[in-house]
Amino acid sequence: MIKSNLLAGLVCTLRSIGHKFSDSVWRLGAGARLFGLTLAYSGESFRRFHLTVREIYFTGVMSLVIILVSAFFVGMVLALQGYHTLQRYGSAESIGVLVALSLLRELGPVVTALLFAGRAGTAITAEIGLMKATEQLSAMEMMAVSPVSRVIAPRFWAGVISMPILAALFSMVGILGGYLVAVPMIGVDAGAFWSQMQANVDWQVDVLNGVIKSLVFGVACTMIALFEGYDAPPTAEGVSRATTRTVVTSSLAILGLDFVLTSLMISM
Amino acid sequence: MTPNIVELDNLSFGYKNRMLHKGINMVFPRGKVIAIMGGSGSGKTTLLRLIGGQLKPSKGEARVEGEVVHQQNRAGIHKLRRKMGMLFQQGALFTDLSVYENVAFPMREHTDLPESMIHDLVLMKLNAVGLRGAHKLMPTELSGGMARRVALARAIALDPDIIMYDEPFAGLDPISMAVICDLIRTLNDALGATSIIVSHDVKETFSIADYVYFVANGVVAAEGTPEDLRKSDLPFVHQFVHGEKDGPVPFHYAAGDYKQDLLDFKAP
Repeated sequence: MIKSNLLAGLVCTLRSIGHKFSDSVWRLGAGARLFGLTLAYSGESFRRFHLTVREIYFTGVMSLVIILVSAFFVGMVLALQGYHTLQRYGSAESIGVLVALSLLRELGPVVTALLFAGRAGTAITAEIGLMKATEQLSAMEMMAVSPVSRVIAPRFWAGVISMPILAALFSMVGILGGYLVAVPMIGVDAGAFWSQMQANVDWQVDVLNGVIKSLVFGVACTMIALFEGYDAPPTAEGVSRATTRTVVTSSLAILGLDFVLTSLMISM
Repeated sequence: MTPNIVELDNLSFGYKNRMLHKGINMVFPRGKVIAIMGGSGSGKTTLLRLIGGQLKPSKGEARVEGEVVHQQNRAGIHKLRRKMGMLFQQGALFTDLSVYENVAFPMREHTDLPESMIHDLVLMKLNAVGLRGAHKLMPTELSGGMARRVALARAIALDPDIIMYDEPFAGLDPISMAVICDLIRTLNDALGATSIIVSHDVKETFSIADYVYFVANGVVAAEGTPEDLRKSDLPFVHQFVHGEKDGPVPFHYAAGDYKQDLLDFKAP
């Protein structure tokens, strides 16, 4: 009896794992299909670029406050922590380099993408999920207008364009925050702060790689948000779950992709 | 030109293991108002989606202007859909666009008309549904009945040959219901279109329909003019038309023994 119960439990667990695995594979395929369709319909969204500009406002411009304020505090904390470590080795003047490299190579693209997923990604998912629940996407289809071309593609390109700009602004404001803590507050020499930064930050290795990272994160974050919204069951619970999934999946994707990209960039 | 603008020929459709329609045959002659009636969950809306090419039948075919809908490629489906207008149950207005822009949407997407002509056409369509004065409002500022009328103006924006109505009377107050009822008949006759109404509101539908199909258990259970159906002795039609609580459509959902269910309590 106990043996047969154990066996039934094992079968049930295996079935559940198999179901989750096949569901994940199906969703991955559906996401890839939507990505392909989005690229295929991108021409139409570029022809009507005002739609993309409008979405840049909603996803990019509206995310500025949270991103810039966060950048300011991240830069200040970086300078404080960095100073306390560097002064032990007598190289407090290198604080500018530490702040700039940390922001340009890692924190700028990664934190911007995480904040973007939380602020703009969830908004995109909820909006598209609700459009689906209220039959707006169906209405569009019935008017012989492809929702992918009219709704998905403009939002995708808006996210891809916004992300590197937001990441650049994040790094810029973060460096400013670091400067305010290091120079006026702690008393590090301003000349040393800027000159060491200028001498040690490389355009291609540091700046360009950061831009590449933010572009990749932009594609991943926006596509995840769009897919979750497009695939959401058309109910209040479905949209709520999809919004949560957007944050979780995007965050994991950003951190995973960051590791892969950093490994590639270091090995090159 | 075929006498019937839409034909459903031995149409079957189902989800996974459940067949929703089992060999449906219907014809929709030009210029007529035809109603499809039946209880909730009988697949009435699905029939509209099959005609619009949003779903593919498992067997049989839906023909529009003699063309088999599910055999069309994307361009063919879009060509057919340009001949159709559809009013969704809750209106499905685009919430980010004003009333004016909602009605202008199909014109902007499918024509190269100058802005001055779009302006005149939009106001004419809105005037036809009595809402010219509301053209600056946003969908959130409209009542349910007004939203339905704006959606109707959008559905007839391109003077379609076929207008499909999905539960046009659901959730409306008696005045709005009478207005929509009158508009359906008037617009159908003025535009020379064919209207397909999916509804379970007997009084309103019978007052404007030329012919009615009753769908139950996946088949056409009865058909005829409203007058014929009022006099019908068929148990299902009698129960439906007179709103009787019990009959061929049982009050209780299929369940096991009542006493046994009460005794089978298990603490959660």
